[in-house]
Amino acid sequence: MIPTVDYIRILPEVVLTIFGILVMLVDPVIPTQDSKKPLGLIALVGVLVGLAATLYQSLYYGDAFYHMVRVDAFSIFFHLVILLIALVVILSSFDYLEVQQIKAGEYYALVLFAAVGMMLMSSAIELVLIFIALEISSISTYVLAGFRRRAAESAEASLKYFLLGSFATAFFLYGVAMVFGSTGSTNVYLIAEILKTHQSVLTYLAVALMFVGLGFKVASAPFHVWTPDVYEGSPAPVVGFMSTGPKAAAFAVLLRVLFATGAPGWFWMVWVSAVLSMSIGNICALVQNNVKRLLAYSSIAHAGYILVAFAAAQTMGISAAMFYAASYAAMNVGAFAIVAHLAGKGERYVTLEDYAGLGRRSPLIAALLTIFLLSLIGIPITGGFFAKFYVFSSALQSNLVGLTIIGVINSAIAAYYYLRIIVYMYMRDERAVEAPVAPIPFSLGAGLVISLIAVIYLGVLPNHVLDYAIRGAQDLLK
Amino acid sequence: MNYIDHNIITIITFLPFAGALLLAIFPRRDRDIRWFALGISLVTLLASLHLPWHYVRGLDGFQFEQNVPWISHPNIHYHLGIDGISMWLVVLTTFLTPLCVLISWKSVNTQVKEFFILMLILETAMIGVFVALDLFLFYFFWEATLIPMALIIGIWGHGRRIYAAVKFFLYTMIASVFMLAAIIWLYTHTGSFDFVTIQSAIQSGQIEGFSTAARWLFLGFFVAFAVKVPLFPLHTWLPDAHVEAPTAGSVLLAGVLLKMGTYGLLRFNVGLFPDQSQRNAPWIIVLAIISIISGALVAMVQPNVKKLVAYTSVSHLGFVVLGIFSFTQIGMDGAVYQMLAHGVSTGALFMLLGMIYERRHTYDISEYGGIATPMPVYATFFAFIMLSSAGLPLLNGFVGEFLILSGAFQARQIYGILAATGVIWSACYLLWMYQRVFYGNITHPVNKSLQDMDARERVSMWPLAIAALVMGVAPNLWLHSIDPSVSFALKQFSSGIQAAAPSAAHVTQSLMQVIGR
Repeated sequence: MIPTVDYIRILPEVVLTIFGILVMLVDPVIPTQDSKKPLGLIALVGVLVGLAATLYQSLYYGDAFYHMVRVDAFSIFFHLVILLIALVVILSSFDYLEVQQIKAGEYYALVLFAAVGMMLMSSAIELVLIFIALEISSISTYVLAGFRRRAAESAEASLKYFLLGSFATAFFLYGVAMVFGSTGSTNVYLIAEILKTHQSVLTYLAVALMFVGLGFKVASAPFHVWTPDVYEGSPAPVVGFMSTGPKAAAFAVLLRVLFATGAPGWFWMVWVSAVLSMSIGNICALVQNNVKRLLAYSSIAHAGYILVAFAAAQTMGISAAMFYAASYAAMNVGAFAIVAHLAGKGERYVTLEDYAGLGRRSPLIAALLTIFLLSLIGIPITGGFFAKFYVFSSALQSNLVGLTIIGVINSAIAAYYYLRIIVYMYMRDERAVEAPVAPIPFSLGAGLVISLIAVIYLGVLPNHVLDYAIRGAQDLLK
Repeated sequence: MNYIDHNIITIITFLPFAGALLLAIFPRRDRDIRWFALGISLVTLLASLHLPWHYVRGLDGFQFEQNVPWISHPNIHYHLGIDGISMWLVVLTTFLTPLCVLISWKSVNTQVKEFFILMLILETAMIGVFVALDLFLFYFFWEATLIPMALIIGIWGHGRRIYAAVKFFLYTMIASVFMLAAIIWLYTHTGSFDFVTIQSAIQSGQIEGFSTAARWLFLGFFVAFAVKVPLFPLHTWLPDAHVEAPTAGSVLLAGVLLKMGTYGLLRFNVGLFPDQSQRNAPWIIVLAIISIISGALVAMVQPNVKKLVAYTSVSHLGFVVLGIFSFTQIGMDGAVYQMLAHGVSTGALFMLLGMIYERRHTYDISEYGGIATPMPVYATFFAFIMLSSAGLPLLNGFVGEFLILSGAFQARQIYGILAATGVIWSACYLLWMYQRVFYGNITHPVNKSLQDMDARERVSMWPLAIAALVMGVAPNLWLHSIDPSVSFALKQFSSGIQAAAPSAAHVTQSLMQVIGR
């Protein structure tokens, strides 16, 4: 007999699933030529109820379903991050879908289902369940990537993401199988017990394989090659979603797999991957002219910074990685919401030249994007600054001086290409034909305000979030 | 301590920022925006005068302190406070900002709102740099100065403004990242960002691994500050930034931002790492002397008058660094004094150049000549300020340079001899420039009908001219509070140096004797 409290421990997932199905049920009722905004509203309500459910759930820490799912500060942290990402993405999609004339209601359902998968990834402590959750979120995002179905590059993005993604999940599954082979269990905490006394070559191999699979999901080098193409082709709000949500969730899984199990032999793998991600991401971003591609490379670089925190390990490193994932989500979702708005019909205006003179034509949008970009650089008063700060100080605390220096140099290089966007917006305006800028619609405005508040809040009063991340890290290591 | 004394620094620091927030929701009526910005900056100036008024001279340590916890992980405090050194730099900042608003009255006419918002944010950040006593908070403000300044150069600058803005940003940003690394190291080994706590921890020798790391920490701070000063060979961003910046940008850049570098050297490099400072002093002094001489020589051959003044900054700031690393009471007093004097006279020079640029839209010396005839008032102001910059006795530049050179001679004779040539060079290039621009025949007919300074321009110049004069004849007004703070900062050095350092009274006495002659 399964006790009722177990259902509370998966309540947010249940809520989002119900609302996702509801969206699909209502979709056929709405006439094809009508706006699909009501579906967006349903999804929005779903996310808000999901947030409430998460807060309610936080009163009931503990395991559920025979130690398949664990609710603790760690999982609640990621639930909140993912739900807030979904909230802003849905808000920024309302008018984007209208402009692009994408009239498919499943869009919102898929966003919700993807969020379900990501949330489950952060609370599952059973490797098989983690794999299932990973697939739920991945398959939804594969479809979302191809939503501009009339555009060839969107189809390319979807297919590329799908093929390489399934390849990567296969690696992960292979790793799970090997863990089972070497320890006889798929429960993270049971594995931890066994690994304390018994380690074999197979464990090392398993850790490496799982790292490859998850490394793909977080877009860390050398598993990053898909990122620029997929981000360039996918619809801009979806890019905002998949550059933050699945990434945060995959990092959550990686934290569980590497630290909660006490797995051996990950250090140099993470170290090398961190250095490669930061360097490749930042150096390639320097020469991009397409804003989406530029942000794709920047996303690779940011995965590298988070991996620096992984290398630092312990409570400090884990909480730094969690904080980084949250603040990266806040700024990147905001930035992509603006990119989506500026893209115009058929995403025609996504190059740096299209942003020339934006500071004059649309001061508000330019100012907002500037704040998000400054946060991505890591300038004080924004969340990005504290995120970098925590990461590098945790690395120094673990005596990773070399890694810190490489990271610090990288973040200095990164300043240049973010600055380039700002330079185009404010300092260049000699273009004859200017890209048109629509005024900010209400829903997008609400989404931007949420991310702006999050960025500034994390930059001025990071205390609460960091405290919670530290509690999460302690819960994870328990 | 009453309420005002307790909060005055916070008020001064964030008043401009509050003004900027109000401006953001202001309707786009340019005239009102200008008046509002002027009003806010004047109120800030008045508020900042509270500091010297109520400052208690001769007390060790910091005054008007405010120390409340801000962030618990990591342990960051909102710790502000001033001593005799930073107090005057705060006043210099609040003094120059209203003048910058005045000078931008007509020259900035696109995106006026954004311009003044950025300028007020910049003021908050600059004041914050001087009052922050928590290393983290300091870094916070330090970085915060970067964005508004880069945007001011990049949006309202001339010609190659984008190149200049990006160069300025990257130079400073990359250098300050090293400082951040050093700050984090100190935090991870002391558990605090507090300047005073870290300083006493270092003095008591409790920090594990400090002796091996100290050299790198010193360099981390030094690189960040040396770029800002700017010290040879890291000075190449400065001429570009100055030439392309709008007038107000140049004034604040030369007047305040460069002082952030020398202030940082004095407060953090010397304050936290006395042993390393002494060990590294020889080569730093060599760099300072190269800056003094090469800055002067390069200035001499500039065809662009703004670039010429920009290089004089390299030369004059070299004096400041020399004074600081002479580790003599008199030299360091002079360094602080020179920071203030340079802020006033170079700020004024840039404002004067801005006025002529508004009329002729060029900085080429060859475009001018003989303009003393159509613009007599302008020529008089220019002569006065130029002489103060060249270090004419009875004007502000002389006091600082004299004290620094005395300190340099005390430290080592050769330093003094070499640096003293810089004074000669500065007279050469300034007088030569003055001759070419103002005297001789009018070679370009346009220059015949140039308008002399109008009322607004005169109003913006008088305070600077008066300040230059008062600072020249009554330096004790400033030195009284600077001197004890410097001697407090010097206390941590070995007693040998202290014995060589003359007392404050001696400094000012000898100064008065020289001036009296």
